[in-house]
Amino acid sequence: MTLTIRALLGACAVGALCSAAVAETITVATVNNGDMIRMQGLMADFNAKHPDIQVEWVTLEENALRQNVTTDIATSGGQYDVMTIGTYEVPIWGKQGWLVSLNDLPAEYDIDDILPAIRGGLTVDGNLMAAPFYGESSMVMYRRDLMEAAGLTMSDAPTWTEIEAAAAAMTDKSKEQYGICLRGKAGWGENMAFLTAMSNSFGARWFDEKWVPQFDSAQWNATLTTYLKLMNEYGPPGASSNGFNENLTLFQQGKCGMWIDATVAASFVTGKDSTVADKVGFALAPDNGLGKRGNWLWAWSLAIPSSSQKQAAAKTFIDWATNKDYLALVAANEGWANVPPGTRTSLYENPEYASVPFAKMTLDSINSADPTKPTVDPVPYVGVQFVAIPEFQGLGTAVGQEFSAALAGQKTAEEALAAAQALVTDEMTAAGYIQ
Amino acid sequence: MARAVTTRRKIINTVAAWSVALILFFPILWTILTSFKPEAQAVSSPPVFLAFDWTLQNYIDVNEQRNYLKFFWNSVIIAVGSTLLGLVIAIPAAWSMAFVPGKRTKDLLMWMLSTKMMPAVGVLVPIYLIFKSLGLLDTRVGLVVVLTLMNLPIIVWMLYTYFKEIPGEILEAARMDGANLRAEILYVLTPMAVPGIASTVLLNIILAWNESFWTLNLTVTDAAPLTKFISSFSSPQGLFYAKLSAASTMAIAPILIMGWFSQKQLVRGLTFGAVK
Repeated sequence: MTLTIRALLGACAVGALCSAAVAETITVATVNNGDMIRMQGLMADFNAKHPDIQVEWVTLEENALRQNVTTDIATSGGQYDVMTIGTYEVPIWGKQGWLVSLNDLPAEYDIDDILPAIRGGLTVDGNLMAAPFYGESSMVMYRRDLMEAAGLTMSDAPTWTEIEAAAAAMTDKSKEQYGICLRGKAGWGENMAFLTAMSNSFGARWFDEKWVPQFDSAQWNATLTTYLKLMNEYGPPGASSNGFNENLTLFQQGKCGMWIDATVAASFVTGKDSTVADKVGFALAPDNGLGKRGNWLWAWSLAIPSSSQKQAAAKTFIDWATNKDYLALVAANEGWANVPPGTRTSLYENPEYASVPFAKMTLDSINSADPTKPTVDPVPYVGVQFVAIPEFQGLGTAVGQEFSAALAGQKTAEEALAAAQALVTDEMTAAGYIQ
Repeated sequence: MARAVTTRRKIINTVAAWSVALILFFPILWTILTSFKPEAQAVSSPPVFLAFDWTLQNYIDVNEQRNYLKFFWNSVIIAVGSTLLGLVIAIPAAWSMAFVPGKRTKDLLMWMLSTKMMPAVGVLVPIYLIFKSLGLLDTRVGLVVVLTLMNLPIIVWMLYTYFKEIPGEILEAARMDGANLRAEILYVLTPMAVPGIASTVLLNIILAWNESFWTLNLTVTDAAPLTKFISSFSSPQGLFYAKLSAASTMAIAPILIMGWFSQKQLVRGLTFGAVK
C-alpha cells in the first residue's frame, strides 16, 4: 500500500469520525410573533442542555408559512423537522398520517397537564399530533373608564344585547371614539374567524349534518345583521379593511370602547405601547343564552412531519419548547406576563401567574370553547371558528369577501348571505360532500 | 407667443413628471421613513411624516435576529446566475428568430410569452416534486434554473426586439468576410446590441431579485434569499411594521442603488428602436 493511499484512507477515517461528532441539525418552521421570537432568544438554554442538536430557524409570515409547510408535507419533501401549525391543520394532517404522534413524550412532560380544550383540538384518534406552544381564545377587551363614564358595568359574561348597549353608550364619533372595533378584513383567519365564532352564539352553523350549507338560515341572518349594525353605527370608518393589527392600533390609541379579539392581545393592550394600558377590563365573549359563546379556540403548536429524518431530535426540541420548565424559563427571563399562555393547567394554578390581570379570563375563555361540539345544533365537523376540512381555506376566504363587501356597503346582508350560500353549495357539491 | 406656450408646456410637463415620480416613489419613501420610527409611531394615527423620534433600533434588531449577509449573497447569486444562464440560452434563440425566421417563429414567440400567463402556483407541486427527486430543493442551483425558466420568455422577447433593429446586411457582410456563426454572434451582433442586452440584463436582475413565489416555496435555509428575509418579519398578529420596513429597506437598497446608477442604460435599452 503506497503512502498516498494510506494517507487518503487515514483522512477518510478522520472525516468519518468528525462527521459523527458534528451535531445533528433540525429545521424548525415558525411564524413571526412575540412568543416565537422570545423562544429564539432563549435558545442558549436548549443548546446548553442538548449540545448534540443544532436548530435552524425558518421564520415566515403566516400565509407563506402555511403554503410552504403544506407543500412540503403533502409531497413528503422532508425539508422541515418541526413545523408550527394551528388547530386547523392538525386534525386534517393527522388523519392523513402526515404527522408523528407525540404520545411517547417523556412522563415528566405531563401530557395530562395540557388544557383539555386545547388538547382535544390537537388530538386525532387518541394521538396527540402537535404540542401546543401557546393557546388562545377570544374575549371582550373594554375600556373601564368609558364604561364608568357611561354609567354602565360590564358583566364577566355579557350578552350581545349588553354589548350593543355598551357600544352605543361609548360611541362619540366627533372625538373619534368608537364603541366597538371588530375584524372586517376578508379572510378565513380574519373576519371569518370572528364571524364564524359569533355565529355559533346565535345558533348558526356552516353545515347541517349532511354537509348542506346553512347561510340561508335565520340564525346566520341574525348574526350578520347584528354584526353590520354594530359596525355601521358604532364602529370605526373603513372597518372592512381592519384586521388584528389595525384594531390593536386603534385600541392602543384609545379609539375603541370595546374590542372582541384574540386573548393574546391582552398583553399588547396592557403593554408599554398602549395609551390605555391601565384602563382595560376583560370579559368573556358574548352569548345569546343558547349555551354557546362567540369565542374561538386556536393554538399555535409544534408538530413533526412524518417525512422528517430526524424525528428523535425534533421530539427533544418540542419537549423543551413546550414543557413546564420552558414556562418557568420565560418567567425567569421575561416575567410571568410574557409566558406563552393557554397551554397548561399548572400555569393557571401558579399563584404568581394568577396575578397577571388577564390570566383568569384567558383560561375561562379557552375552557368555554369546545372544538368538538362548536355549535348549538349538531354538525359533522370539528373546529370553532373554522371547519376542519381542506376546502375551508378557500371557502372561508370567499365567504369572508362577501361579508366584507356587505360591511363596506357594497351589498346588503341578504345579498351577501345568498351569495355565500350559492358559492359554498357549488364548492361542496363539486368536492363531493353533497351528493 | 410660441415661446410662452413652449415654456408653459415645459413647466406643465415637468410638474406632471415630478408628480408621477413622487406618487410612484412615495411607498418606498414611506417604507424607508417607517424603518426609522419606533413601533408605536410606525402605526400612529394620524401618521407622522418627519416629526418622529428617529431611531436605528429597528436595524439593530433586524440584524440581531437574522443574518442579513447570508440572504443578500443568496439573492446576488440567484439573480446574477439566472440572468447569465438566461442570456446564454436567449441570445442564440433571439438571433435565429430575428435573422433566420421560420414559418412559425411568430407563433413560437407568442407561445413562449403565453407560458407567463399561467399562475405559477399551478405548477408548484410538479416542480416541487421534480426538485425533490433531483435534490434541488433549497439549493441556489435549483433557484437559478427555475428563475431562468421563468424569465426566459421575457429575455428572448426583449433581445428579439433589439436584434430586429440591426440591419441584416451587416451580418451578411461579416459572413462574406469569413465570420462563422459564433464569431458573427459574439463579435458583430452582441457589440451592436449592447444597449439592448444591458437593459435586458438589468431588467432580469430586478425581476429575479424581487421574485418571491419560487424563492419562498423552494427554499428553506441554505438558499433563502432576501424575499424570505422580508417575509420573516411580517406578522398578522403583532406590531412589527417598523422592523418589517427596516428589513424591506435593507432588501431593496442594493437593487434600488443599482437601478439608480444604471437608469440611463435601462431607459436607453427600453426605448431602443422606439423612436425613428
